[in-house]
Amino acid sequence: MKQESTWFFQNKPSILATGVVGGPFEKQSPLAEKFDLCMDTLWMNEASFEKANRLLIDRSIQTALNKLSLHPSDIDALLLGDLINQITPSSMAARSLNIPYLGLFSACATSMQGLSLAAALVDGGFCEKVITGASSHNAAVEKQFRYPTEYGGQKPPTAQWTVTGAGFAVVGQASDEGASIATIDKATIGRVRDPGLKDPFNMGAAMAPAAAEVIERHFLDTGMKPVDYDVIVTGDLAWIGHGIAEDLLKKKGLTFSENQFLDCGKMIYAQLDGVQAGASGPACSAMVIYGHFLSLLQMGSIKRMLAVATGALLSPLTFQQGDSIPCIAHAVALSSPVSTL
Amino acid sequence: MKKKTLSQQSYQQLADAHERKRPVLMNCIKAFFVGGLICVIGQAVTVLFITFFPFTEQTAGNPSVSVMVFLSMILTGIGVYDRLGQFAGAGSAVPVTGFGNAVISAAIEHRTEGFVLGVGGNMFKLAGSVIVFGVVSAFFIATIKTLLIQWGIIG
Repeated sequence: MKQESTWFFQNKPSILATGVVGGPFEKQSPLAEKFDLCMDTLWMNEASFEKANRLLIDRSIQTALNKLSLHPSDIDALLLGDLINQITPSSMAARSLNIPYLGLFSACATSMQGLSLAAALVDGGFCEKVITGASSHNAAVEKQFRYPTEYGGQKPPTAQWTVTGAGFAVVGQASDEGASIATIDKATIGRVRDPGLKDPFNMGAAMAPAAAEVIERHFLDTGMKPVDYDVIVTGDLAWIGHGIAEDLLKKKGLTFSENQFLDCGKMIYAQLDGVQAGASGPACSAMVIYGHFLSLLQMGSIKRMLAVATGALLSPLTFQQGDSIPCIAHAVALSSPVSTL
Repeated sequence: MKKKTLSQQSYQQLADAHERKRPVLMNCIKAFFVGGLICVIGQAVTVLFITFFPFTEQTAGNPSVSVMVFLSMILTGIGVYDRLGQFAGAGSAVPVTGFGNAVISAAIEHRTEGFVLGVGGNMFKLAGSVIVFGVVSAFFIATIKTLLIQWGIIG
């Protein structure tokens, strides 16, 4: 095995457009104005929450395509995933799009898994344009992983709120300077880390070591330092996991200035009532990175960022059987297309 | 259970330092008052049955429980009981209203899978173990009591 495990992209694969759709609760997010659209109800006029999850994907992809006036037939590959059993919402969205489709699963790290692979496909010349993204639906996820929506169980303060929404990006070669929102420079694929935690109501703590591992390895491989990035943002570690990750990285000699090391799970709801330790879900990192941070990169108000999506790879079966929670994180380095001169 | 490795143990310590603790004392106080309030309402229903209907203290229990379960189903259906549950914890879970909530919330949730496989098959997903262990423990207690009476230890 070669020493370095980070992928360096040579041909400037870029994000050309994004589509970000949220649910009714996401309307209250302090970042809501960065989302293209927020649905009014959790049902979204669909027959089930799972179908509503599919609708979020449809809307988000359509929004991204519309911004570029593209048709699904202009796209060479579709890389997406979600949290529902056998990623059926993603597959059903792909059914109607008729684009070559690769279903992905890295739980809440799916957004950056997809972005790394999309960048690699474009960089390697295998595809011209790729759509990638991730989605989740709060009620569908609660139903599958936890309790019925209306069940009156008390959630501990370590629990996280699954985001309802979807975030998608069109990745391709920028035809000219203005066409690109952000350039994808590097990607570091995570290794599964399992600190032995078993509490599905404390996933931030379970995921922190995976995030710390991939961030540390990214800096080791690239020879970069934290100061080289304006922002290093993790996916959904939330208030508890993010603090742990910061401590773990400090032990490795990686320290950050204030407002440099951020977390989508802390940002999307800020301190809204009822979210306990923060947000989670594949849509969390997808919406905040594609909605909020990419607009900052496009404007040039941040130059370089490291986006690290984090995922807990558990199933309802494994935690009932007493297994600990294996976790993953993938890191993608993005830079602003605005000239640094 | 697999033993934790040394690094997992030291990580657990780090995680514990960051964890937000459950406010146990506050939760107990809330549970005490909300649970108590639910029971007071239940008692009031019992008194109503005894006063205005031909029920006695022995027979008023069953209709009172039915009324309380019915109320909890209404509250679950309009989306209030889960909020009460987050506030009150055991206070709203332990009384019979919590049992009603567990049944009806599962029934609502799985309506999308149809009446037979969805509602019928999942209604007791949460409450099923309450029934199973309730019946099993009742069986053992009854057996012990019968034996004690047979042996003349209790009257």
